[in-house]
Amino acid sequence: MSTELIIALIKSNIVLAVLLTNTILLIWLERKLVAGMQSRVGPDRAGPFGILQTVADAIKLLLKEQIMPLKADRAMYLLAPIIALVPSFLIFMIIPLGPDLNIEIGGKDYIVDFVGADLNVGVLYFLALSSIAVYSVVLAGWSSGSKYPLLGGVRASAQMISYEAAMGLSLVPVILYSGSLSLVDIVSSQSGNLSTTIPILSSIVSFIPKWNIFPQFIAFGIFFIAAVAEVNRAPFDLVEAEQELVGGFHTEYSGFRFAMFFLAEYINMFNMCAITATFFLGGWLGPTFEGILPPIISAIMPIIWLGVKTFALLFIFVWIRATLPRLRYDQLMELGWKRLIPASLVWLILSAIVLGLREFGLPWS
Amino acid sequence: MVEALLFFAPASLIIIGALIVIFAKNPVHNAMGLVMTLVSLAIIYITLNATFVAMVQMLVYAGAVMTLFLFVIMMIGVDKKEQTTDSIKGQTFLVSGVFLILISLLAYVAISSDFKWDLWFPPVEFDAEGTPQLIAGALFTEWIFPFEIISLLLIVATAAAIALAYDTKKRNSNA
Repeated sequence: MSTELIIALIKSNIVLAVLLTNTILLIWLERKLVAGMQSRVGPDRAGPFGILQTVADAIKLLLKEQIMPLKADRAMYLLAPIIALVPSFLIFMIIPLGPDLNIEIGGKDYIVDFVGADLNVGVLYFLALSSIAVYSVVLAGWSSGSKYPLLGGVRASAQMISYEAAMGLSLVPVILYSGSLSLVDIVSSQSGNLSTTIPILSSIVSFIPKWNIFPQFIAFGIFFIAAVAEVNRAPFDLVEAEQELVGGFHTEYSGFRFAMFFLAEYINMFNMCAITATFFLGGWLGPTFEGILPPIISAIMPIIWLGVKTFALLFIFVWIRATLPRLRYDQLMELGWKRLIPASLVWLILSAIVLGLREFGLPWS
Repeated sequence: MVEALLFFAPASLIIIGALIVIFAKNPVHNAMGLVMTLVSLAIIYITLNATFVAMVQMLVYAGAVMTLFLFVIMMIGVDKKEQTTDSIKGQTFLVSGVFLILISLLAYVAISSDFKWDLWFPPVEFDAEGTPQLIAGALFTEWIFPFEIISLLLIVATAAAIALAYDTKKRNSNA
C-alpha cells in the first residue's frame, strides 16, 4: 500500500473517533446548559456531573428493537439514515485544524498537514455536501409512509433549499476578501492584525486580529442565522416541531436508525460551528506561546484555539435554543427570502465596491 | 490498480443508476437513481482533476435540481406506481428499434476508429480546464459577452415564470 493511502486511512479513523467522542460531549453539554438556563439540574446520575448519560443513552438506543412501518418503502427507509450520516463526516474532512507540522522519524522529514484534504474548491465542496444532506430528511419523511413524517420532510426540503441560497451568498464576500476557495488559504489570509490608513485609529486597530468577522460582520450574521436554519435547530426546527408533527421526519424511526439521525444532527452542528470559526474567526490562528509552554503543547495549541472558538459558537447555538420560541412556517420563509437573501446581495455589492476601490482607486482619479 | 478501481466503481454506479431511472416503477426511486448517476459522474470528474466542474455538478444538479424534482413528486402526489400500458400503440417496438440502431452505430464507430481501452489519469500537478481560476479567467475575460447575455436570458425566464404563475385575482381577493 502506498504511503498516501495509509495516511488517508489514519486520518479518516482519527476523524471518526474525534467526531464520535465530541458528539457525546456536545449532547451532555447542551443538556447541562439548557438545564442551567431553565433552573433545572439536568443529567447528574451517570458518572461525574452526569457526563456518561449520553453513553448510557447510546447503548440503550443500540439495544432497542428497530421497527419498520408496514407501509414504509423499504429501500429508501433504510437508505435515509446513511445519507444523513455520510455528508456530516465528509464535511469535517476539509476543515483545517492547524498548520503543517514537520516530524522527524528516523532521520527523515515528514510533513503532516492537519487537514483531511486541502481542496481548491473547499467552499463549494462544503455547500455541495450540505445540499446532499437534504435528501436524508426528504427521503426519511417520504419513505415512512405516514403523514407526519411526510409533512416534516416537505417542510425540510423547502427550508433547507431557501437557507442554502442565503448561506452561499453570504460566503461570497468572504471569498472575495480572502481571494481563494480553499479553506486553508482562507485561514492563512486572516493571519496578522488589522491595519488602517487613518493615523489616529491605527494604534487602536493594530491590536485587533485580522479576522473576517470585523470587516464582514453582516455576512457573519447572515451566515450564522442560515447555519442554524440549515441544521434545523431551534428556533428553525419546524422540521421536527413536536406540537404539530409529533417527531417530524424521524417519527417512525427507532433504535439505532434514530440514533444515526441524532448523531448526524449533532455532528452537523459541530461542523457548522467549526466552519463558521474557520471563515470568520480565524480558524486555528491564535498565540501558540512558543518558548513559554513545552513544545508538544504549543504544537497542538492551534487545535485548542479552533476548539475554543467552535465551542464558543456552540454555546451560542444552545443559548439561542434555550431562549427563542419557534418561528411560524410563513415567518421562516419570509425571513429567508425577503430579508436574508436581499441583505446578503446588498452586502455582496457593497463589499465588491470597497474591494474594487481599494484595488483600483476611485474611477475618476 | 487504484486508478482502475476509481474509474470502474463510479462508472458501474452510473450505469446502475441510469438503469434504475428507466426501470424502477416508483417515481421517487427513479429520481434517486438519477441522483446516483449524477454523484458518480462527479466522482469521475474529480479523477480527471476537474474539481470545479465536479462540485458544480453536485451543487446544481444533485443538490438543487433533484431536490426540487423530489419536492414536486411528493407535493403533487404522483408517487404511485406508474401505469405500464403503452400510451402510443407499438411504442415498445419503436423504442427498441431506435435503441438497436444507435447501439449498432456506436459499435461501428468504435470498431472502425481503432478504439482502445486506455484509462488516462492526469498527474497531481496537472492543471485541467476545470480549476476555478482557469474557468473564471476564461469566463470573465474572453466569454464575458455571452456570459452576460445568458444571465439576462435567465432573469427574463424567471420574471416570465413569476408573471405567468402569479394569480392577480386570487391575490386581490385574499387582501
